Amino acid sequence: MAIDTEKNSYTVVFAVIMVVVVGAILAGLASGLKPMVKANERYEKQQNILYAMGVNNNQGTSDVEFIPTEIVESEFDKYIKKQYVIQGGEVSENDQAYLIDIKKESTKAKDPNYERRLPLFIGEKDGEEVYIVPVRGKGLWDAIWGFVAMDKGMTVKGVYFDHKGETPGLGANIKERFFMDDFTGEELLDGNEFKGIKVAKGNNDPKNEIKDDYEVDAIAGSTITGDGVTAMLKKDIQMYKSYFETLN
Amino acid sequence: MGLLSKKDAKLISDPLADNNPITIQVLGICSALAITAQLKPSIVMAISVIFVMGVGNVVISLMRNVIPSKIRIIVQLIVVATLVIIVDQVLKAFAYTLSKELSVFIGLIITNCIIMGRFEAFALGNGPWRSFLDGIGNALGYGVILIIVGFFRELLGSGTLFGFKVLGDSVEKTGLYALGYENNGFMVLPPMALIVVGLIIWVQRSRNKALIED
Repeated sequence: MAIDTEKNSYTVVFAVIMVVVVGAILAGLASGLKPMVKANERYEKQQNILYAMGVNNNQGTSDVEFIPTEIVESEFDKYIKKQYVIQGGEVSENDQAYLIDIKKESTKAKDPNYERRLPLFIGEKDGEEVYIVPVRGKGLWDAIWGFVAMDKGMTVKGVYFDHKGETPGLGANIKERFFMDDFTGEELLDGNEFKGIKVAKGNNDPKNEIKDDYEVDAIAGSTITGDGVTAMLKKDIQMYKSYFETLN
Repeated sequence: MGLLSKKDAKLISDPLADNNPITIQVLGICSALAITAQLKPSIVMAISVIFVMGVGNVVISLMRNVIPSKIRIIVQLIVVATLVIIVDQVLKAFAYTLSKELSVFIGLIITNCIIMGRFEAFALGNGPWRSFLDGIGNALGYGVILIIVGFFRELLGSGTLFGFKVLGDSVEKTGLYALGYENNGFMVLPPMALIVVGLIIWVQRSRNKALIED
């Protein structure tokens, strides 16, 4: 081989070829897999929403068990009766509401002229109506989000939380049953005042038997993630308060 | 004769014991601290690193004669990053739940200094087969330590293994907890990973005096 690999021109040509080849491989792979990734993301969202309202395979396990991906679309149509979009006080029906990107909406909402679109799902399980809203906030390392199912008096029926990159074993436990189950039965309203639910330290009620204290027991070692959950619930659910007032 | 010659077999066995990337070379400590609070992520990380390191070492080895030495570090970085993105994308499309569980770990592979270290120290100067063995061997050596640390941290910190409550229930006070045993919350925090790694180094060096430097 007579190529002088030390020459500048060779280095530049090599770098260019390398970048083009790698770029082509990754771009091809990404666009080839995109439909599958998108479908997976859609199913996941449906599973999460159904999980929050109690449609899941949790019975008899201590793990988070979603309903299987294969049936999630038909189950979603079965349990979710209505999907609404609330925009500036106007409530309109929209059967694609679950696809609204909460992150984009909250970025757009920084513009004072933009009225944020708020998705809301009404599900029906065992003859009871539940109202499910998405929430999104910040944890320690990255985004955290979830869905909260409530009755019309804003008492929590179930929650689902997820995170992008919280610490395994610590903050990442917000998506474990022992944490999420504590929220069930907690109230968000004190009379007419919106209190939210605080992820509180101090271990004063570890089995979470007191349901009207607006607090759940925090996870040791994950203060900032817990505070993130508190803030997320307070900020995002509050936006729906005026809608819930029209229900009663 | 076995499958591998004696020299080749050493490429696998050395990093597992006397030339372990974590306990002897003290590389890859950052990821060893970050993800070993539980056993499962430790094992998953070990498997992912075995894949990236095996393939990456072969790719670098095949390209070793054409890589300009001035930009070789960047070339290595591109190879690792590309492999990691491929793994990430394929998992997202075909094993979505698994990819969710791994979340940050996949990205963390890029930051693992053992990978760049092996590319630089071995793959650039050796053929593809030997580079492959070296990659697998070092990734195994890394993985073994990860799993040992993860085992102790999850057992002593949370009283579970793979999420199963092996010591009884800490809230209901059953099993060991009925006798007054308590989980050591410190074990789930990163500093304890460093101490556990330190203990492993201590045990290893006291068993093999040749490893002790002056």
